[in-house]
Amino acid sequence: MTAIPDTRPKMRGARFLQSRGMRRFFRHKLAVLGLAMITLIAVACIVGPWLLPHDMLDIDIRGRFSPPLTDTYLFGTDEMGRDLAARLFMAGRVSLMVGVAAMVLSTVVGTVIGLLAGHFGGALSTALMRFTDAFLCFPQIFLLLALAAFLEPDAMMITIIIALTSWMEIARIVAAEIRSLRERDFVTAARVSGASHAWIMFRELLPNAAGPIIVAATLTVARAILIEAYVSFLGYGIQPPLPSWGNMLNNAQQYLDSAPWLAIVPGVAITLAVTSFNFIGDGLRDALDARSDMP
Amino acid sequence: MTERLRVQDLSVHFRSERREVQVVHDLSFTLEAGRTLALVGESGSGKSVTSLALMGLLPPPPQSRTTGSALLEGRDGADLLGIPESRRRRLRGDRIAMIFQEPLTSLNPVHSVGAQLVEAIRSHRSVSRRAAWDRAEELLDEVGIPEPAARLASFPHELSGGMRQRVMIAIALALEPDVLIADEPTTALDVTVQAQILDLLRRVQERTGMAMLFITHDFGVVADIAHRTVVMYAGRMVEAGPTEDILRRPLMPYTSGLMASVPLLETAGTGRSELATIDGFVPDPAAPPAGCAFHPRCAHNRPGRCDVPPIAVEAPAPDRSIRCARWRELAEEVR
Repeated sequence: MTAIPDTRPKMRGARFLQSRGMRRFFRHKLAVLGLAMITLIAVACIVGPWLLPHDMLDIDIRGRFSPPLTDTYLFGTDEMGRDLAARLFMAGRVSLMVGVAAMVLSTVVGTVIGLLAGHFGGALSTALMRFTDAFLCFPQIFLLLALAAFLEPDAMMITIIIALTSWMEIARIVAAEIRSLRERDFVTAARVSGASHAWIMFRELLPNAAGPIIVAATLTVARAILIEAYVSFLGYGIQPPLPSWGNMLNNAQQYLDSAPWLAIVPGVAITLAVTSFNFIGDGLRDALDARSDMP
Repeated sequence: MTERLRVQDLSVHFRSERREVQVVHDLSFTLEAGRTLALVGESGSGKSVTSLALMGLLPPPPQSRTTGSALLEGRDGADLLGIPESRRRRLRGDRIAMIFQEPLTSLNPVHSVGAQLVEAIRSHRSVSRRAAWDRAEELLDEVGIPEPAARLASFPHELSGGMRQRVMIAIALALEPDVLIADEPTTALDVTVQAQILDLLRRVQERTGMAMLFITHDFGVVADIAHRTVVMYAGRMVEAGPTEDILRRPLMPYTSGLMASVPLLETAGTGRSELATIDGFVPDPAAPPAGCAFHPRCAHNRPGRCDVPPIAVEAPAPDRSIRCARWRELAEEVR
């Protein structure tokens, strides 16, 4: 008897990796490529700044506008002679953090709203879903710019603003999913055994909606990174000297002729990160959304 | 005999598009400790609605309206239909439990069997996780699942239909309820598994003395498990009494019809085995026929007798009741 609780986590882990869903994910070539790419980018951003010989703020006036692979400058230098590689990796930390944090925040908000709307139905559902629709009606980018111009745009604030403008899709996905799940017999069975609303929502319904939520969350990271890049590019996002991929592009636009690498390097980073997250999202959709594991 | 649940004048109305439709009419019955009452009828006769009403699972007013009373006897006895939802929730699963027709979908696919059993126990009793886990193992053993300790870690999709229904029964029995409502628990199962499950329910009942409300359309199952039988048609009780008496001498033509439509192995393949059916359909509850609801389908229908309301409930014997205008004549004919 005592052995059972001890073996459970291990069995679960093995089950998870061998599950049909995970096998389907690893058969999806692009998704695996995306996962590898994101891992690579994340590792580079985390350890890169320590390994490079230059700090992102070190100014080398004589070495301004060095093209890539000059001396020890892997990606060259910018208009103040700062190491572009060091800045790219530091910017990557900021951009990825903003992306992931905005995803977590908007997923939590969207999931809670969708869960309440889907589970309770009736007037509450109508109110919440119309509220969601109202948010969807705002053109996201203008809302963002207005908020960013109005509020102090540091990394935290940008994250919150992005989350505030991107939870709606998840809310709608979750609400639709929960509405169909709550009609299933196991929910009635849970009610029959005296389960409370909170229990039914978080223990019975939510785990069954995990697939679509994970997919939507992954795609939200990609979008959040892109939105942060927009806003910072337009000068309302992360403020220099703290670099982000977006504001690096903003600087680069003046030197597009003379030093195109200033735009190409962060541009490629954004593209790689965003497409990788989108590939992962597609792979997860194929793996999880088919829901063939359910009886 | 100790009464466990006394249902009195239970009526259920549904509202759809501003029209109110009555689907259960003044149903009364009593569940006794250690006894099984079968609620028998075709699909649409109101038997499942009755069980949902007792469990408080019907949509809230104004979508549905339930009247009458259902007194749960014993410690903190209560009228199941009159108490607030919060109190009813505490009783559900604890004093009164239910098992469903579809064992395939009644278990949550993402949790292990053990987790679901432990949840059921811990939602009503403050016991440690370890103690609940031990109890879960005992329960699986009791419902006849081999290697209960290992099966606790299984997920529902790894079990067969019969095994899942056993798990559902284990969950329902987890807190030793006074009343168990079984809504066609064997309909989705193989015949051999069906017999095992009925046997299991009977054994558990003998041990715990719970009262059982068994909902089915199959007289074969009724004969096997029920002490008393209530036959329902179009939301009304049409015949009630001890199962043995009803099986030996059904008074209502509808009851005989239901009994005749159970396939018998003895006559199969002999050429005389054409299965009896009852022609027609259960009437639309929005437009019930006048008088006896069964008369349009009844072979013994007499215009002027059967289609004139009201048809009174009569008692041919002290513990039997019948709702049929011509039961006396029909009984004579048989004799």
